[in-house]
Amino acid sequence: MLKDEDRIFTNLYNDLGPDISSAQKRGDWQNTNEIIKKGKEWIINEIKSSELRGRGGAGFPTGLKWSFAPKEVGSRPHYLIINADESEPGTCKDRDILRFEPHKLIEGCLLAAYAVNANKCYIYIRGEYFNEGNKLQEAINEAYEKKLIGVNACDSGWDFDIFIHYGAGAYICGEETALLESLEGKKGQPRLKPPFPALIGLYGCPTIINNVETIAVVPTILKRGAKWFADIGKPKNTGTKIYCISGNVNNPCNVEEEMGISLKELIEKHAGGVVGGWENLQAVIPGGSSMPLLPKKICETINMDFDSLVEQKSGLGTAGIVVINNDQDIIKCMARIARFYKHESCGQCTPCREGSGWMWRMLERMAKGEASKDEVDMLMDVTKQIEGHTICAFGEGSAWPVQGLLRHFKKEVAKRNNFNPLVNTNKKIPYLVDQHLLEK
Amino acid sequence: MSLKKISKEQPSDFEFSKKNLEEARKIIKNYPEGKQQSAVMPLLYLAQKQNDNWIPLVAMKYIAKFLKMPYIKVYEVATFYSMFNLSPVGKYFLQICTTTPCMIRGAYDIVNVCKEKISDKEKQLSKDKICSWMEVECLGACINAPMMQINDDYYEDLDRDKTEKIINQIQNGKKPIPGSYRGRKNSEPENNRKTLLNLKNA
Repeated sequence: MLKDEDRIFTNLYNDLGPDISSAQKRGDWQNTNEIIKKGKEWIINEIKSSELRGRGGAGFPTGLKWSFAPKEVGSRPHYLIINADESEPGTCKDRDILRFEPHKLIEGCLLAAYAVNANKCYIYIRGEYFNEGNKLQEAINEAYEKKLIGVNACDSGWDFDIFIHYGAGAYICGEETALLESLEGKKGQPRLKPPFPALIGLYGCPTIINNVETIAVVPTILKRGAKWFADIGKPKNTGTKIYCISGNVNNPCNVEEEMGISLKELIEKHAGGVVGGWENLQAVIPGGSSMPLLPKKICETINMDFDSLVEQKSGLGTAGIVVINNDQDIIKCMARIARFYKHESCGQCTPCREGSGWMWRMLERMAKGEASKDEVDMLMDVTKQIEGHTICAFGEGSAWPVQGLLRHFKKEVAKRNNFNPLVNTNKKIPYLVDQHLLEK
Repeated sequence: MSLKKISKEQPSDFEFSKKNLEEARKIIKNYPEGKQQSAVMPLLYLAQKQNDNWIPLVAMKYIAKFLKMPYIKVYEVATFYSMFNLSPVGKYFLQICTTTPCMIRGAYDIVNVCKEKISDKEKQLSKDKICSWMEVECLGACINAPMMQINDDYYEDLDRDKTEKIINQIQNGKKPIPGSYRGRKNSEPENNRKTLLNLKNA
């Protein structure tokens, strides 16, 4: 277990209060000025050598991303954008940072913005987090009052402004280019990449987009040193991470732990175990609903970091762990996730728009045992037609959970849906009819 | 993609109140000059707040003029995002999260209570016209599942009985207290905390 002195988010449970004087007592806004004086190069190199990977789901190295921003500001200003559009089912870590540790985020914004030459920062918060946004605004106001941000922020000579922009209930706006579209006052439909936002982003200007948790850990890394951070966890998967453990556990919770901790330890120790005991475990979604589920056998030994989960054809994603026990119908659970994706598809690419609804309808029937034998393979085929054929990663996000179900629970699906299509026995029925609608 | 029903009964005019007009001008200043279109979402929120929790078509036209952008672009945004209500939802709008993490902890019990006490179908005003309910996708409070949102506030750690009590309060014209209904102040593991104990006991 991670030692308490190595925890970054000491106020994760709001024991100390989120206001600025409490935050300063636990180390926020200390030596910020000195860090800025060390220069942009130093900050980016320090983040690079800490091997920090983005905490929003994709796990892209943060230092590398920052180094893509042009070194000099040309005719177009640079922007920093914080992605607080946390909507991945199973994930609620950013919410606690926004309401309990806002100053870590704001300080991180200043340091990151300085490193990438940005004077303006927009924080895109999901519209439902109205109260959390208000808390953050209070903290921003406090920081302005103390001259920590604004003109000559922290006495560093750098001008820096932060604005909050609320989303309005679209999951897709968590995708970085859709977020940019939304921020520009349009429908949140992702853009083609390249060009990447680091060169052409918000209003066509160089833009760096990071997740809340990624930015909130930056000040602590720069203060305690890259080596300290890199020594936690394992190579390429360094540092600490907030895990959200929800679903059928006795004590659902957020907990900060080191990267690569075993899943079993997280569930048994922190979340109070599976409801009905470990033996009652059916499957776990390890990283938010987009990541393929893992059956109990893999859960016994799996470690929670980017690379270990990829080996098992899943992913760490946002580290939103959803525990599903044997009392639940696994097909129904996945059908509900498919409905989520059907609802949230932005409608821009045909494979995703049509495919997500197709998968949902098939899974709903499969949960009831109304699908024919050959539809099980057809479902797999549909997922393959979506995956890789869309502008953004939403296509993969919607297809992977279904693939995960078919990979690990195909027997169960096939057992429940074990009849031949009626067209095989009754030749009068035309083939192009929805077979499940016919009377048996 | 979600489909949205636009109310058949539309008011004939709309303009921002004096307070909101000031607020709107302040919001536009958050964005660079000439990029006032960025303010369309915050302005739609203002209109929604001013107009009993829903946005009529005249308000979209008004905002389009206000931001010097085509009406269709405002319409596009208002219909795309699920939090903009385009027909009346009542003074209290209950949104119940039913995505998998909430579902496996009993979110459909809450939906059933709403069906019994508010209206058979979602997005339908109750008989007394003060509230309506709808199923929504993940609200990002999975650790406090099952939960719902009423207007701006989260109501967490619910079950059948607690939801019934909340709806009773609404129907008696009282605003229920937001937050966790199991007394949780944060997302620590209840009675099982193993970290940062010296801070907890301090």
